Amino acid sequence: MTGSARVPAAAPNSGANPKSGPTSDQRLDASPILTAAVLSASDVARILDRMSHQIIEQIAKVEFNAVLLGIPTRGVPLAHRLAERIRRFADVSLPVGSLDITLYRDDLRIRGVRPLGETSEPDGGVTGRTVILVDDVLCSGRSTRAALDALTELGRPRVVQLAALVDRGHRQLPIRADYVGKNLPTSAAQSVRVSLDEVDGLDAVYVIDSDTSHEDAS
Amino acid sequence: MKSLLSAADLDRDEATAILDTAVRMHAIQTREVKKLPPLRGRTIVNLFFEDSTRTRSSFEIAGKWLSADVINVSAKGSSVSKGESLRDTVLTVAAMGVDALVVRHHASGAVQRLASWVDCAVVNAGDGTHEHPTQALLDAYTLRNRLGSLDDRHVVIVGDITHSRVARSNVLLLRTLGARVTLVAPPTLMPSGVSTWPCTTSWDLDETLSGKAFGDVDAVMMLRVQRERMSGGYFPSEREYAIGYGLSPARLDLLPDHAPVLHPGPMNRGLEISSLAADGPRSLVLDQVQAGVAVRMAVLFRLLAGSGEEVSV
Repeated sequence: MTGSARVPAAAPNSGANPKSGPTSDQRLDASPILTAAVLSASDVARILDRMSHQIIEQIAKVEFNAVLLGIPTRGVPLAHRLAERIRRFADVSLPVGSLDITLYRDDLRIRGVRPLGETSEPDGGVTGRTVILVDDVLCSGRSTRAALDALTELGRPRVVQLAALVDRGHRQLPIRADYVGKNLPTSAAQSVRVSLDEVDGLDAVYVIDSDTSHEDAS
Repeated sequence: MKSLLSAADLDRDEATAILDTAVRMHAIQTREVKKLPPLRGRTIVNLFFEDSTRTRSSFEIAGKWLSADVINVSAKGSSVSKGESLRDTVLTVAAMGVDALVVRHHASGAVQRLASWVDCAVVNAGDGTHEHPTQALLDAYTLRNRLGSLDDRHVVIVGDITHSRVARSNVLLLRTLGARVTLVAPPTLMPSGVSTWPCTTSWDLDETLSGKAFGDVDAVMMLRVQRERMSGGYFPSEREYAIGYGLSPARLDLLPDHAPVLHPGPMNRGLEISSLAADGPRSLVLDQVQAGVAVRMAVLFRLLAGSGEEVSV
């Protein structure tokens, strides 16, 4: 659901059409099982600890009037984990919501219809508060742009910030994250897959060498 | 899926995908800003050759909430009343560059016929006494919300089956989604080919509702007695129909506690349904209306938003 799915295509059409994509051999290579994890479960836990402290430091300035808004699929469990840590570390409980961006994506028409995720407003809404968008991977920035559009329909936040577990570069829009878990410089032909216990049964981050990345959702 | 002409067009996966999408679409009904962007720049024409309030307006709202441009054309006041043929009318509208036609027609099969003349998507909003797939989808959506799952659920559909496009679409879709259907009607209002439908049939409402005939009932759907399609003679009097096949307060008591009551509307109170049944806690009539917009948004979204095939996430 995030930026890593967008890889700048060498030829204008090659990235947009799944049918011109990989052979079956390349698909096999794309399986995360065959790739070593670049971040383990304990790495992910430490990174989330640090991000939580950074968020606490920033939102203390606004008297903790902040909400966490996860972008489905994997941004939502990440938002809940950050909220749980912030409650533990600072004894403040931040409302958590989710924001589905499928209908706001700029590639909806090219990539076709897909299942929709859930949008749930955090308790008390978003208007007048600091909204921290939480995503697993930040890449092109297009997911974030879509999220900003989707957010305007929910209300008018005072400040919008972005937290991403992995920033892999390759930005196509003027967007940056306020809280970054890990910078993973990757080539355009690679893709990053975040695996989370709540969704995938295991915490890990993989870098996958393949040009099938436009099919990888994470 | 390019067009939705019949409930039989939907396999279990596609029907489930539409209902799941409708759950998300339903959520925006309570939002302050009721607008989503995915059909921006798409044009939908509602082509109605037969009167309709709820179907046409819910298709119109559904299209507009998804940011499509929606135009309503009704037979009255159009070139149809000047004697233009169906084919010419449809080709004229389609030539203006529309992306989807939502069509209701009083002749069974007209929508299927017309879909073969045009390249754009076509949604059947009711053709004669044949099919009304989006009504079946919203009924399935409402039932699924109340009952959890439709697997092995027993749904009883009562009333004027012969003239009902709702019954046929519902039988097909409910079967696809795993439910059992029993149709109950007086012999004169049971269609002749019903033995080939994937359902059981009965003439005895009390026996069916009490569960004695075909097992416990999980939901009952009352159909409207369609006076406008009847030339008379199907039953001796309205009073006799109400006694034999109306959902009276006494019949409500035959149902298990969890079983809801549905009616596609508009209702003939006192004929096929009593006010106690229509307004009571079992009634899902207004839920059905509300689901209509969400389900039609889901259908239009899935037909029009992407040009390619579905992408898994």
